[in-house]
Amino acid sequence: MPANLWPSSTDLLRFGPEILLTLVGTLMMVLEPLLDNKRVFRTLSLVTLLGAIGVTMAAHGVPGLSYANMIIVDGFATFFRLLVLGVAILTVLLSGDYLEKEGHETGEFYALLLFSVVGQGIMACANELIMVFVGIEISSIASYILTGYLRDDKRNNEAAMKYFLLGSFATAFLLYGVAWIYGLTGSTNLNDIRTVLSSPNFTNSASLVGMSAALMFVGFAFKVSAAPFQSWAPDVYQGAPSPVSAFMSAGPKAAAFAVFIRVFLTAYGPISDTWVPLVAIAALATMTIGNFAALRQTNVKRLLAYSSIAHAGYVLVAIAAHSTVGTQAVMFYLASYVFMNVGAFAVVTFFARKGEQYVNIDDLSGLAVRQPAMAAMLTIFMLSLIGVPLTAGFFGKFYIFKAALDSNLVWLTILGLLNSAVAAYYYLRILVVMYMREPGVATNNMDEAPFALRLTVWASALATLVLGVMPGLLLDVAGRWVLALGR
Amino acid sequence: MPNSYSETYFPVLLQMVLATAVGFALVALGVILGYRVKNKVKDSPYECGVQPVGSAKERFSVKFYLVAMLFILFDIEAIFLYPWAVVYRDLNHGANRMFGFVEMLIFVVLVLAGFFYIWKKGVLNWQADPGPASVPPAKAPAAYSLSEK
Repeated sequence: MPANLWPSSTDLLRFGPEILLTLVGTLMMVLEPLLDNKRVFRTLSLVTLLGAIGVTMAAHGVPGLSYANMIIVDGFATFFRLLVLGVAILTVLLSGDYLEKEGHETGEFYALLLFSVVGQGIMACANELIMVFVGIEISSIASYILTGYLRDDKRNNEAAMKYFLLGSFATAFLLYGVAWIYGLTGSTNLNDIRTVLSSPNFTNSASLVGMSAALMFVGFAFKVSAAPFQSWAPDVYQGAPSPVSAFMSAGPKAAAFAVFIRVFLTAYGPISDTWVPLVAIAALATMTIGNFAALRQTNVKRLLAYSSIAHAGYVLVAIAAHSTVGTQAVMFYLASYVFMNVGAFAVVTFFARKGEQYVNIDDLSGLAVRQPAMAAMLTIFMLSLIGVPLTAGFFGKFYIFKAALDSNLVWLTILGLLNSAVAAYYYLRILVVMYMREPGVATNNMDEAPFALRLTVWASALATLVLGVMPGLLLDVAGRWVLALGR
Repeated sequence: MPNSYSETYFPVLLQMVLATAVGFALVALGVILGYRVKNKVKDSPYECGVQPVGSAKERFSVKFYLVAMLFILFDIEAIFLYPWAVVYRDLNHGANRMFGFVEMLIFVVLVLAGFFYIWKKGVLNWQADPGPASVPPAKAPAAYSLSEK
């Protein structure tokens, strides 16, 4: 038994964002049956998330390990904590009017959202495999429920059921991988595992270590929707409420990439020769499957789901580069991806209206005539997703493929660029429908977008453009906070 | 003193073999020596000695599932208290005075918040109208109420 188990004030501060979110989330569950005015929860969750950003920055002032080295606060953790908190704020802004319209605004939605962010925060700062598992589970379980949030909606139910069954199955693989590496090295701490694996006295077979890495790869690949574990994503993103799809395609995904990178670069760093080819092949398969499947979609949400799979593929390219530049590229890419993707889903939320009746690409015809501002915003997001210069997506792709070239992954770079060309087709198709067709049933009689939704869309578009014009702002931060390779 | 892996687990293996053998032996003895009667009464389902009143393939109220789920949650809380009680003295020693107590207090308060939530939400209220969470059963809900018995 350690001499002192009490956490110090520094420990509490380092874990502060998660503690704050848990407390307020629980408070919301207690207040939910007592309050009739459910709008209170919007404000409360926004204030809490802003507070959590403040605590995250305060925690960043005292970097280091806490709670028996189970969590680590460093620039990398702070970056992803800020990212998931930002996604949550955009989601809250997006959800309020949507839920009110569907007649289902309750405190539970916001409480679950906060709990999900708690899990993602833990994933961002976990330095230990059990913490990784706990973080992923907290984040996922909340997401499963959010997916099926409108419980009278058949699509919601189907999506939640699929997500839950496949998700729990995939997490079991991750846990099995943890068990293997614990058996081989006697530790679940990432730094300790690295020390043991790189020690010359380590005599266990490399294939056994590779097996544990492969099992954990299955778990992470599922969470980031990488091939061949991507099949859940289209069904879930299509079936879930649009704001939840926006959230899931951004927050949990970014956090899963953070933990993926930390585990593979830290713990499995010494055996990178065995996993880099695996990640490279998964990257190629993910990009190709995502882009080619997206070509044939007629549903906008499903199209964005396949596009999200393809983008996970690009991020995997940068991970396969296995370099500091690659990790920096991932950080930049995910930050810009989050804005363009949440923005695109926000426009879809606005357009789909009550009961999400209008989610087909053809429904968008003539949107530019009836809602020029919204159409222009969606255009920005689509161009950024393609990777057109002057948008964040361009520099995101640029840094990723530069990192891949630096690591001599020439074949992957060429195939990735070809993939981007394929992707342009389906994003441009949306623009063509919006700008070159006459307004139809769906585009006539549209109401003004509510203020919070407009705010989300404008903020996302602004971020996309600012990062596209001045990428240095974020790249400098990513460079300072990047995860060092040799730790 | 057993000194190898297999020696340590040998008694376990022995017990498994014995348990399996005894199980098979008892069933086999019953088959060989037993006197069997087959009639309609014997094939009917056993309902605490009372005559069966209908098919068991009925729709059950979804409330059973909710209660069962909540039971598991609170059961797990109770299970956590046992190992905690065993190491309570070590957890509260020296500089760690009150640490174990406060830790468990936080946990219990969180579970209590959950209890408050389900209570206020009316989940424990068996007689209330089935909310949107529960599918109304095919027969009258009163057939499932406890008070009728």
